[in-house]
Amino acid sequence: MIFIFALWCSIKSPDGVRAYDTPNDAGKSINIEWKLAADDSLLVGYEVFRATNNDTFQYVGNVVSGNRSFKDTKVEDGLAYRYKIRSKTTNEYSDFSLPSAQVVSAPQWYHKGKTITLIGLLLFSSLILGAIVYARKGKHLFIRRIAGLDELDEAVGRATEMGKPLLYVPGLSGMTDIATIASVNILSQVARKTAEYSTPIIVPNRDPIVMTVTQEVVKEAYLEKGRPEGYNADNVFFLTDSQFAYAAGVCGIMMRDKPATNLFIGMFYAESLLLAETGNMTGAIQIAGTDAVTQLPFFITACDYTIMGEELYAASAYISKEPLLLGSIKGQDYSKLIVLFFILVGSIFGLMGNRVIISLFNI
Amino acid sequence: MRRAVPLRICLIMGIVMIIQFFIPHRYSQDFYTKVLDWNIIIGIFALVLGIQSLFHSEWTKVRRRRSGWGFSVVTIVAVIVVAAIGIWGGIGEGSVFIKIYRNLTMSMQATMFALLGFYMASAAFRAFRARTKEATVLLIAAIIVMFGRVPVGDLVWHKLPDFVEWILMYPSMAVQRGILLGVALGSAATSLKILLGIERGWLGGSK
Repeated sequence: MIFIFALWCSIKSPDGVRAYDTPNDAGKSINIEWKLAADDSLLVGYEVFRATNNDTFQYVGNVVSGNRSFKDTKVEDGLAYRYKIRSKTTNEYSDFSLPSAQVVSAPQWYHKGKTITLIGLLLFSSLILGAIVYARKGKHLFIRRIAGLDELDEAVGRATEMGKPLLYVPGLSGMTDIATIASVNILSQVARKTAEYSTPIIVPNRDPIVMTVTQEVVKEAYLEKGRPEGYNADNVFFLTDSQFAYAAGVCGIMMRDKPATNLFIGMFYAESLLLAETGNMTGAIQIAGTDAVTQLPFFITACDYTIMGEELYAASAYISKEPLLLGSIKGQDYSKLIVLFFILVGSIFGLMGNRVIISLFNI
Repeated sequence: MRRAVPLRICLIMGIVMIIQFFIPHRYSQDFYTKVLDWNIIIGIFALVLGIQSLFHSEWTKVRRRRSGWGFSVVTIVAVIVVAAIGIWGGIGEGSVFIKIYRNLTMSMQATMFALLGFYMASAAFRAFRARTKEATVLLIAAIIVMFGRVPVGDLVWHKLPDFVEWILMYPSMAVQRGILLGVALGSAATSLKILLGIERGWLGGSK
């Protein structure tokens, strides 16, 4: 009895209640913060009450002990609210805290937390554009050798010599994935070569939108090379949108048609090894390209050449040798230098216990 | 004109979506939701084209008696039968459609996925042959990681699991982040090239 009385006496109301409009949001949200009660460890939690100007306070929610904030997402923009908190044990409540100052919720037009991203975007775009302007002046730009892309010509040539088709798998993702767009850009260059050598190209698709794009890309490539009759619409088709059914379908094509060259370029998931190993068994020359870090080891193991990560995005420029596209790769390299500089300086500062640089990028 | 219109739409929409990214206001969020809805709508229309393409290519194989044309017959019949069952019998819990999905489709997908184990073994055998210095390093690292991940590793040396964690968390993670950094910049550069109309491969050509 004495213990319960003592416990009851110890329940203090929380204080320092502060309510403010949730920053960088779409509105209809208010954050409430308070200082933890001194007897927080004895509590079950805190209850939050809200009132508009002339109303009585109504219960809006609760949090368990140890929490010092609550987000009220059931408010209207433009209305003034006040908040009170009380703590509770299993069977007792404290008095209410003093009410917070009035607060009004409003949506924001700019996300201040993304300022560093905006600066990075502007800087990155300027570097890319600067490098493109530089390339436009006809200056020579050195781009390191990418073995997988150098072998593309030979891979197409091999299929031509053997009189067998070339299989191009544009990945399993949709057109909203930048890796698929990069893949389509490479397909455009590959289709030009197959059109030139009169080599059949097979493009099975998992996404119907990607299919319509790849059909258009291959058709245009044949038209551009003056061989519209060489384009076979039946060879660029939709297979299925089911991941493993697609893998099974492509493996079937590899086993039946025995393409001399397999190109797996785009976004891949768990099926990557199924595709690459089957291709390896058929004896085809295989070039893979993906930015999916987890699938890279499988492709490296089972394919003859692998285009890794950023090489995928540089491929189109590398193959076409267009100065404007090459310039953008240079701009990308300069951006990488800046990022590396910040990583290095941030690491040194961090090791010295100074988090200024790290907190800059704490988005 | 055929190229100019898509390029302009791409440029305008690209800039609008970049601006949208920095605006948390609900008008901006509503706009973003609408764009996603449109993406779904276009996807559904494209699915019709996809099915038409599937039927066309499979029917062509059957008609020309190409190698494996029997599989094409199975595909065509399966698409028609399952679609008919779904349309007339419904796709709710307990329906025939769901039974087909759970007992046939999922089983077949699991079978394909299970093949990965065997493929990994054959790929690992090829990758781990110590023919070069790099392959030897790979082999040693793989053996350590494999042993550290199974109970026997702990018996061999009690600090082996910690060492494996260190390999995965530091050298391996450092390389992965290096690749991801390049990927992020590469994808941003590609987006910029597409917005500015410098990269036109996705439209079918460079001219």
